[in-house]
Amino acid sequence: MPPDATAPETAGQGGFFSRLPADSPVRAFAIVIAVCVVCSVLVSGAAVVLAPVQKQNALRIQQRQILQAAGLFDPSAGVEQQFAQVTPRMVDLATGEYVDTGDPVDFDVAAESRDPGSSQAVPEDLDIAKIRRRPNAMPVYLVEQDGAVETVVLPVHGYGLWSTMYGYLALEGDGRTVKGITFYQHGETPGLGGEIDNPSWQAKWTGKQAIDDSGRVLLQVVKGEPRGEGVEHQVDGLAGATLTARGVENLARYWLGEQGFGPYLARLTSGNEGSGG
Amino acid sequence: MNAEAKKALIEPIVENNPVILQVLGICSALAVTSRLLPSLIMSLALTAVIAFACLFISMVRKAVPANVRIIVQMTIIASLVIVVDQLLRAYLPEVSRQLSVFVGLIITNCIVLGRAEAFSMKNGPWLSFLDGLGHGLGYSAILIIVATVRELFGTGALLGYQLLPLKSAGGWYEPNGLMVLAPSAFFLIAAIIWAVREWKPAQKEEPEFRINIVHRQEVS
Repeated sequence: MPPDATAPETAGQGGFFSRLPADSPVRAFAIVIAVCVVCSVLVSGAAVVLAPVQKQNALRIQQRQILQAAGLFDPSAGVEQQFAQVTPRMVDLATGEYVDTGDPVDFDVAAESRDPGSSQAVPEDLDIAKIRRRPNAMPVYLVEQDGAVETVVLPVHGYGLWSTMYGYLALEGDGRTVKGITFYQHGETPGLGGEIDNPSWQAKWTGKQAIDDSGRVLLQVVKGEPRGEGVEHQVDGLAGATLTARGVENLARYWLGEQGFGPYLARLTSGNEGSGG
Repeated sequence: MNAEAKKALIEPIVENNPVILQVLGICSALAVTSRLLPSLIMSLALTAVIAFACLFISMVRKAVPANVRIIVQMTIIASLVIVVDQLLRAYLPEVSRQLSVFVGLIITNCIVLGRAEAFSMKNGPWLSFLDGLGHGLGYSAILIIVATVRELFGTGALLGYQLLPLKSAGGWYEPNGLMVLAPSAFFLIAAIIWAVREWKPAQKEEPEFRINIVHRQEVS
């Protein structure tokens, strides 16, 4: 800590510093370095000590967005209890089957995508969401009613204008109808692209038909209120945020498609129509 | 507490308020005041930062060579801001998300560096701490007044509790949309400045320039 806080104006600082002239560069360097060391210990100490609490909060925010996408969130109750009605599972994206690798609750999609052992590169021509790499397995969050899947929440991400947008896309149990979309992390322009967080825009996605019978993704973000042919697939874009809205369209199309959850959704749809298992 | 200490603490609240007399820290006052809760947290964060920044800067003031003093002040202020930001992220994540960059921008808040340079470099730690606290409270007072008016008339609610029933929900109150936009904070701060200067005429400033009116008759 700084020397001699209470010493009177006229007293020297004592020790090493007092023997140096007041304007010597050595003295200036020594003091600046001392201040920097104390400050960096303070800052990194705070960051390290508080990291677990912050991680817990980030997880809560993600879980709240999952509940919100599924249309289940009740602000008066705790996120933790409400999240109990959700069944998290891991899904192998290539086969669409449930697997037991990894933790579906505490899943860091960015870190998983970087790990060469658990991810793969997305072919450039198919990478419409511009994510470059994707994990081999991703979590899905199921809300089940009487043994049948009522809602399935898919984690999605993709590039907008400035940033990768991370969020959730919820579909009805039929695996085709959009139930909701939310984002928990993005760096789009506040007031323009940032409006993807606006609940009234997110509400426009509800009820849209995302996928046709052959598994083709039909969702589109269009300019102006959709009308005429294809309204059931189209969502009004965001004024002043064309590129962000296009990014949302692309990430939805990517993750519902063959490179994303397509195989899983096909399996879910046929499973629900068949035996219900 | 002696008279000098009392003056350092009390004076910045009305007599020498950083926002309405010194007209500093306006940008965060515009940005965070559309709701009362983020304004309260912002006030708390700024008050904590400025009080402790003034304390620490005053403690090292005699050791710091004059030619690097601003860098040292900024380092101390920035470290405190990061610590406060980390604390908010850990314990008040929702408010922290609402305040977004504005907590980080306390680093560049002119009130903090202004007090560090003008007061803490020349006075003892205890007095500097009180001066910082006083200026933090002065800033907070304005923020809280502005935020109360903006949230109440802009949304009919205070701290999320609906006080004026909205027309859209079957009540009688039509919310004033201007109040949720940043310019309303300008108007409100201007109104507060006007009111306080009428109350305390000593704060009125003489115009620096007067336009010289030349009468036509005199010229011709």
